[in-house]
Amino acid sequence: MAHSYTPGLTVTDRTVIRRRRLLPLAGEVLVHAGGNVRCDQAVARAQLPGKVYPVNLANQLSVAPGEIKEYLVKREGEAVQKDEILAENKPLIKWFKTEIRSPVAGTIESVSSVTGQVLLREPPRILDLLAYVDGAIAEVIPHQGVVVEADCALVQGIFGIGGETWGEIIVAVGSPDEPLLPAHLTAAVKGKIVVGGSFLSSGTMAKAKEIGVAGLVVGGIHDKDLRELLGYDLGVAITGTEQVGFTLILTEGFGAIPMAAKTFNLLSAHVGQRAAISGATQIRAGVIRPEIVVPYRGSAVTAAGRGHQREGVRLGDSVRIIRDPFFGRISEVSALPHDLRKIPTESEVRVLEVKFSDGTRAVVPRSNIEVIEGA
Amino acid sequence: MTSSPSSPVQFDHPLNVIVATDCGSTTTKAILIEKVGEEYRQTYRGEAPTTVEAPFEDVTRGVLNAIAEIEELSGRKILDGEKIVTPNRAGQGDPMTGVDIYISTSSAGGGLQMMVTGVVQSMTGESAQRAALGAGAIVIDVLASNDGRLPHEKIERIRSMRPDMILMSGGTDGGAVTHVVEMAEYVSAAEPRPRFGATYKLPLIFAGNKDARPQVQRILGEKAALEITDNIRPVLEKENLAPARDKIHDLFLEHVMQQAPGYRKLMEMTGAPIMPTPAAVGVIMETIAKREGLNLIGVDIGGATTDVFSIFKGVFNRTVSANLGMSYSISNVLAEAGLPNIMRWVPFTIDEQTIRNRIKNKMIRPTTIPQTLDELQIEQAIAREALRLALIHHKSLASGLKGVQQERTISDMFEQQASGKTLIDMLQLDLIVGSGGILSHAPRRIQSMLMMVDAYEPLGVTALSVDSIFMMPHLGVLSTINEKAATDVFVRDCMIYLGTCIAPIGQGKDGEVSASYEIVFPDGKTVRDRLRFGDLTLYPLEPGKSATITVEPAKHVNAGAGIGVTLTRKVQGGVVGLLLDGRGRPLQLAEEQGARIASLKKWFDAVGLYPAAS
Repeated sequence: MAHSYTPGLTVTDRTVIRRRRLLPLAGEVLVHAGGNVRCDQAVARAQLPGKVYPVNLANQLSVAPGEIKEYLVKREGEAVQKDEILAENKPLIKWFKTEIRSPVAGTIESVSSVTGQVLLREPPRILDLLAYVDGAIAEVIPHQGVVVEADCALVQGIFGIGGETWGEIIVAVGSPDEPLLPAHLTAAVKGKIVVGGSFLSSGTMAKAKEIGVAGLVVGGIHDKDLRELLGYDLGVAITGTEQVGFTLILTEGFGAIPMAAKTFNLLSAHVGQRAAISGATQIRAGVIRPEIVVPYRGSAVTAAGRGHQREGVRLGDSVRIIRDPFFGRISEVSALPHDLRKIPTESEVRVLEVKFSDGTRAVVPRSNIEVIEGA
Repeated sequence: MTSSPSSPVQFDHPLNVIVATDCGSTTTKAILIEKVGEEYRQTYRGEAPTTVEAPFEDVTRGVLNAIAEIEELSGRKILDGEKIVTPNRAGQGDPMTGVDIYISTSSAGGGLQMMVTGVVQSMTGESAQRAALGAGAIVIDVLASNDGRLPHEKIERIRSMRPDMILMSGGTDGGAVTHVVEMAEYVSAAEPRPRFGATYKLPLIFAGNKDARPQVQRILGEKAALEITDNIRPVLEKENLAPARDKIHDLFLEHVMQQAPGYRKLMEMTGAPIMPTPAAVGVIMETIAKREGLNLIGVDIGGATTDVFSIFKGVFNRTVSANLGMSYSISNVLAEAGLPNIMRWVPFTIDEQTIRNRIKNKMIRPTTIPQTLDELQIEQAIAREALRLALIHHKSLASGLKGVQQERTISDMFEQQASGKTLIDMLQLDLIVGSGGILSHAPRRIQSMLMMVDAYEPLGVTALSVDSIFMMPHLGVLSTINEKAATDVFVRDCMIYLGTCIAPIGQGKDGEVSASYEIVFPDGKTVRDRLRFGDLTLYPLEPGKSATITVEPAKHVNAGAGIGVTLTRKVQGGVVGLLLDGRGRPLQLAEEQGARIASLKKWFDAVGLYPAAS
C-alpha cells in the first residue's frame, strides 16, 4: 500500500545510533569490533598522498621534452630536498649554466619525455579518523573504517555550521523563548556546548568565539548574521567544514523562533554531561542533519535497530509548522481531511488542521509541517 | 535491461500499456500510458517520495509505491509482490492485468556529475562541456591547459572534486599531443576519487586527439576505468559529440547507476536502458522541434537546478545551471541575482531581514509550499530571476564553434563578427516550453506564462506552453523505444498550450502608441485597437483555435517583420490566450518604487494574474 513518509527531526531521550566512520582512502583500522571507544580516540588512520608539484624541465632548460633525461641529476623514485638541484645543463662556459632546483621536499613521482615535465610529490600526511561519539565498535570495515554504535539521547537540528566537536552541555537561559545574549557567555562556558533559547545575534557569536565556546545551540538566527559570520552569502545548505571558531546548530530555522519545549527540556536534562556535536548539514542527495549526541555511559548497547518507521502524520501528533504565516509554531494535529482544499494561493492541496496551545486552530498544507519525532 | 542506448531494443509483443517512472531527488513520479484506439494517451499518474536515503536506501521502494498509487487509481493490477507483471494479459482475456513495458529515468542522488578537460578552454573545453551537458550531466568543472590555473592548482582541484565520471578531450586529430598528455599526467597524479567510495574505479572517457591515445592509455589505463572514443572535435570546424554522449550514457548505466542504492534492481526491472532525466527531457524536446520544424527553448526549473534546452535551426544545446533552483538552490538565486532584482517583481514592500530569513527557511525545508498570496508572489519573483539567469548562461554556451577560421570580406572585418556568436535568436524563437514545479503547478496558468515572458522577454510572436504534470522525462525515454507513443502523449496530454505572446521591440513613454493591431477571431469577430507602451493586454483564445493578427508598429518599433513593417501572422490559442505585451523590449521596470509597484499592479489586474486581495 503506498504511503508518504515525511521524516521530521528526531528529538529523543533514548535511542541507539550507528555512525559509519570511513577514511577517504584505504588505510588501517586501529580498533576491534566490540571494543569501547571515546569520542576523541583515533579509530582508523590513513596516509594522505602529498601534494603534487609539476615542474616543466623542458621549458626551463629550453630543450625538447625527449631530451630532459640527459639533464636530470635525480631519477624517478628518488627523494629530493627543497632547493636541491633536480636538473642542470653542462655548458662549456659556466656563465650559461642553468640549474633547476626543486620547489619542495618530496619524491620524484614521474618523468615524462612527452611533455618534458617532472611531477614531484610531497611526503604523505597522516590522517587520523576519530570515533566522534563515546560508544562501542559494532563493525569493522577492513582498510576503510568502523561503525560506532552508541546508546544515547539524540537531538537533530535543522541547520548547522562547523564540524565535529565535543563538550559539556550547559543551558545559559531560563526558558526556550529567551534569546542568548553576550552577557550569558562568561569564561565558565569555555570549551562547552551552550544551549540558548530562541535566538542569538552576531554580537553573541563574536563573544562565543572570543571565549572559546565549543558549540552553540539555539532556535534560530538571522540570515544577515550568518552572512557576517561566514563572510559570504551561503548558497546551498551543504556545510560542515566552516572554521568560524565554534559549531552552531539551529533547532527551528531562520529568524527569532523559540526552541521547541521538548528539545529545550531534553537538553536541560543532560546539563553537565559530555556530548558530541556536529554542524554538518546536507539537505539533498544524502541527507545529513546537524546533531547533538549525549551518550549514556555504562549501559549495555542494545541490538541496533532502525527505529520505528512511522506511516505519515496521525491525529494527535505534535508537529512544527515550517512555513509562514505560522512559522516555528508547535501544535497538535486535530483533523486530517482526505479531500484537497483550496488555500489562499488558490492551489488545491492536501491539508491538515492543527490546534495551538492557546486553543486556536489553523488549516495548514500537509507539506508545511514536520512531525516532531522520538519518544 | 542491459543493452546500451546505442543499440536499439527489440520487442516481441505490441506495446499497448506502458508504465514509466522518473526517480527525482525528492519524488518518484509514475505515469500510465495506454493505447486508446489508434493513439496513445496518458491515463493515470502516481507519486511517492524517492527512497534512496536512509532508512530505505533502495530506489525501487519509491518506484513500487508510486506504481501502487496508479494501481489504486486505475484498478489495473501492475504489481505481483515486488515484480512488475509484463506483458499485459489482454491476449489471455485479462486486459486489466499487467503492462507491456516498464521504463524509467533518474536524477536521484544529485544526478550524473562530471568533470571535463580540454586543451583550449573556448574550443575543446567548450565542446567537452557541451558533450557532457547533452548527455544529461552536471559539469562540476572544466579544466583546460589555458584556463589560467597553475598546474598544481589543477591537480588540487581534480583531487578535491568527487566526480562520477571524467571526459577528457583536446587536440584535433593530428594536432597537439603534448598538452593532452600533460593533462592526463595531472589527472593521473591527482588520483581523483569518485563519490561512491574507495574501491570504485572512476570511469574516464578519452575523446581527444587519436594520436594521443597510446600515451593516455599508458598513463591512465590502470588507474581509471578508461574508455576511448572518437574525437569530439576532430577538426576545429566540426564538433562530433554523439559518440562521446553515447559512451557517457553507457558508462552511466554500467558504473554510476550500479553504485546508487537499489539501482541494480531497478535496471533489472526496466525494459529499456534507464536515462538520466535531463537527457530524456532533451530527447523529447529535440524530437518535437524536429517534427514540427520549430525553433524552441525549453526550461526545466527544479529545486536544485535549472536546465535549459534549445533547438535553433536543428542544432540542439543543453545547459544546466546547477546553482539555480527553487528550493535547495534558492539562496543561490538570491546571491546571484541580488535582492533588488527579485523585489522588483513584487507588488509590495518587505524588509530585507524578513525576506532573507524566508528564503533561507525554504532552502532548509525544500518541500514546503507557499500558503499565502504574498509568499506565492515572492516565489514567482525568485523564479523569474532564476529563469533569466539560466538563459543568460545558456546563451553563452549555445554558440557557434569558436576557433573556426572564417573567410572575411572587407565589410566583415568592419563588422567584427567573432566566431562563437550565440545561436539563440529570440526573434526566430517559435515556442517556449516550461517545466518544473513552479511552472507546472502554478495556481493560475497565466502566472506560468507571465513568469516566462518576464524572464525571457520573447520578441515578436512566440507561443508558450507548460508540461502539465512533469512527464517529459518519461516521454523522452519512451521515444527511444516508440516515438509515436511519445509524441502522441506529448501533443495530447503533456503539453498545455498557454497561448501566444506578441511583443513589439522598441521603447517609448508610457501611453505612447507602440502599435495598432487587428485580430480576426475564429468566429469572425474582429477587434481593432492600439497597443500602448506600458500596457499588457490579454485576449482569450481557446486551445486548438487560431486567430489572425495584423500588427502595424510605430515608425521606430519592430513587430517582428522589421522596423516599422506591418506583420500579419496566424497565432495559436491556449488556456490563457493572446498576450499583447506593450511594455517594450528590452523590458524596463520603473526605478522608483511607488511607480514600479503601480505598474506591476496595473499589469497583474489587466491579465488577472492573482486573486483580488480580500
